[in-house]
Amino acid sequence: MALWKPDQTFYPSPRMAMQAPREKLGYVVTFNPTPQNGKHDALCVLDVDSESKTYGRVVGRAEVPGVGDELHHFGWNACSAALCPYAPHPHVERRYLLVPGLRSSRMYIFDTKPEPRNPKLIKVIEAEEIAARTGYSRPHTIHCGPDAIYVSALGNPAGDGPGGIFLVDHESFDVLGRWEVDRGPQQFAYDFWWHLGYDVAVTSEWGTPKMVENGVIPELLLGGKYGHALHIWDLRKRRHLKSLDLGAEQQMALELRPSHDPTKTYGFVGVVISTKDLSASIWHWYREGDDWQVRKAIEIPAEPADPNVLPPALKPFKAVPPLVTDINLSLDDKFLYVACFGTGDLKQYDVSDPFNAKLTGTLRLGGIVSKAAHPKSGPLNGGSQMIELSRDGRRLYMTNSLYGAWDAQFYPEGIRGWAAKIDCDPAGGIAPDPRFFATFDGERPHQIRLEGGDSSSDSFCYP
Amino acid sequence: MSSAWPWLAVAGLGAYHGMDPSMGWLFAVALGLQEKSRWRVLNALWPIGIGHLVAIAAVIAIIGGFRAFFTIEFIQPAGAVVLIAFGIFRFMWPRAHPRWVAMRVNAPELALWSLLMASAHGAGLMLFPIVLRIAPNVCLSPATMNLANHSLADAAAIVLLHTGAMLIVMGAVALIVYDYLGLAILRRAWINLDTIWAGALVAAGLLSLAI
Repeated sequence: MALWKPDQTFYPSPRMAMQAPREKLGYVVTFNPTPQNGKHDALCVLDVDSESKTYGRVVGRAEVPGVGDELHHFGWNACSAALCPYAPHPHVERRYLLVPGLRSSRMYIFDTKPEPRNPKLIKVIEAEEIAARTGYSRPHTIHCGPDAIYVSALGNPAGDGPGGIFLVDHESFDVLGRWEVDRGPQQFAYDFWWHLGYDVAVTSEWGTPKMVENGVIPELLLGGKYGHALHIWDLRKRRHLKSLDLGAEQQMALELRPSHDPTKTYGFVGVVISTKDLSASIWHWYREGDDWQVRKAIEIPAEPADPNVLPPALKPFKAVPPLVTDINLSLDDKFLYVACFGTGDLKQYDVSDPFNAKLTGTLRLGGIVSKAAHPKSGPLNGGSQMIELSRDGRRLYMTNSLYGAWDAQFYPEGIRGWAAKIDCDPAGGIAPDPRFFATFDGERPHQIRLEGGDSSSDSFCYP
Repeated sequence: MSSAWPWLAVAGLGAYHGMDPSMGWLFAVALGLQEKSRWRVLNALWPIGIGHLVAIAAVIAIIGGFRAFFTIEFIQPAGAVVLIAFGIFRFMWPRAHPRWVAMRVNAPELALWSLLMASAHGAGLMLFPIVLRIAPNVCLSPATMNLANHSLADAAAIVLLHTGAMLIVMGAVALIVYDYLGLAILRRAWINLDTIWAGALVAAGLLSLAI
């Protein structure tokens, strides 16, 4: 139903969104790593209101009817991009969460109103419908765009490439079709985002479903066969413009964080691992004239470790790779947060000057070797992984599981799910909130989305 | 020339279209902010005006085209039905508009965008009852195609007055927002014009039956 005034969670600019009221609820998906037991994945509601008696606890839970979906990333039906000047429709509501199952390829649509703590499943888009209308399968990232909801997908129903992007209607949730008109050399898909002020989209590369669904395949990894490039696209003509190859040793270029300011033309992407020295890295893409360039901005080295405490896959290397699996950029484009699933580190960099990133904070939770504890816990496993930053940039929420089949390779003992909240100093510096630590029994939490929006949910057309 | 009120209505509807963010001032402000240029705001207005003008003129030309074959007694109720139906459509599907994704637009593209937005919202249709009132004999048949034809001159005056009023209001709103108010105003003041717009179409349809 259309609203009379614009949805008050829509902000014209990222600067204005930083003034938004503090979030009181967070949504987190959990998946059941042992689907044989018949238990369902769920969309859980976290109380993140520090004044509340149930602060830091799961206060709502809506299970999906399927089993083994592996809920992973998800996103809103509408966001600040609805204010974009060329196709404005500001009276739609940010209300529905689109939650894909990365393994089942189903998409679940939950209504978070009228009871935000009790989301209701209102529609299921079956894998067959997505396949029939788009040719794609394994839906991953969701972004609400100016004209539709954009969803990336890892591949085709057979588990091969190419992966790409398809469109879903904001209101009817009809699957509208494949996005690309001319994909050029692009085959692998993972994340995507855009520079709305320049009609440019950027996509990144993981691997085809066959390359990832049974765990990382060492021969492919060491052979440099996973994704290692970015793709720049004409958002309007839906055509591939340029590939930015990071080099075959830079394996798995995942999360993309373009500058939120639509007048800026740069962004950051995290690379999971270098086959040369097991380091992880952050790369910085930018426009130069009419051309696009990429450079390594940050390198995080592997840490030497006793092979006896390493999982079988890592023993020969005698080191813990940092494994950068998620990054997040504050809405003022000032701080970049980097999660290292291998070491358990969360790092905060000042990237005000994107050519000169400065480390301003580090903390460690979990980690393959360190198993670093939270003030409210004993030793933790899993490591800093999915991270989500509040719009004002002061609170970061984090979970510890990556992807079922891959969790088992790095944490063979089985990851025990947790979520933590980190306080972020606007002057630099990060520390865990000693009051906030949620655990998940027998299931693993993945992405977190915050009520009203967060630092990776919205796109803006005005500076 | 007839009495003043139909002309005031032409100008008034122009002013109303000028205030609607989705008719162009918001795009002009966005382009100005993107390029940090006040000049860009103003420079965006003329292609938007041309696109809007063409959309209005096209509707009047269609009315004139039908007038060559049908009597006013037929066109009046037929047009009213189209207007009311379109109003209901706009009410039911307020977001049915061109799916346009582009900030980097040149002047012809901006004019095309404006033409599409105005047409999709029924901006020209809304003028139907006034066109009938002012220029009931507007007719695009070879026999009437001469400058002495008052109806054609009236039709041209409608288009120019409407677009002129729209541009003045659009320019004023764009500059006030760009220079003083800032876009935070959008969150408070952007009432759902789609609903009002749909109502205006239905009202225009009913009105054209009455005159």
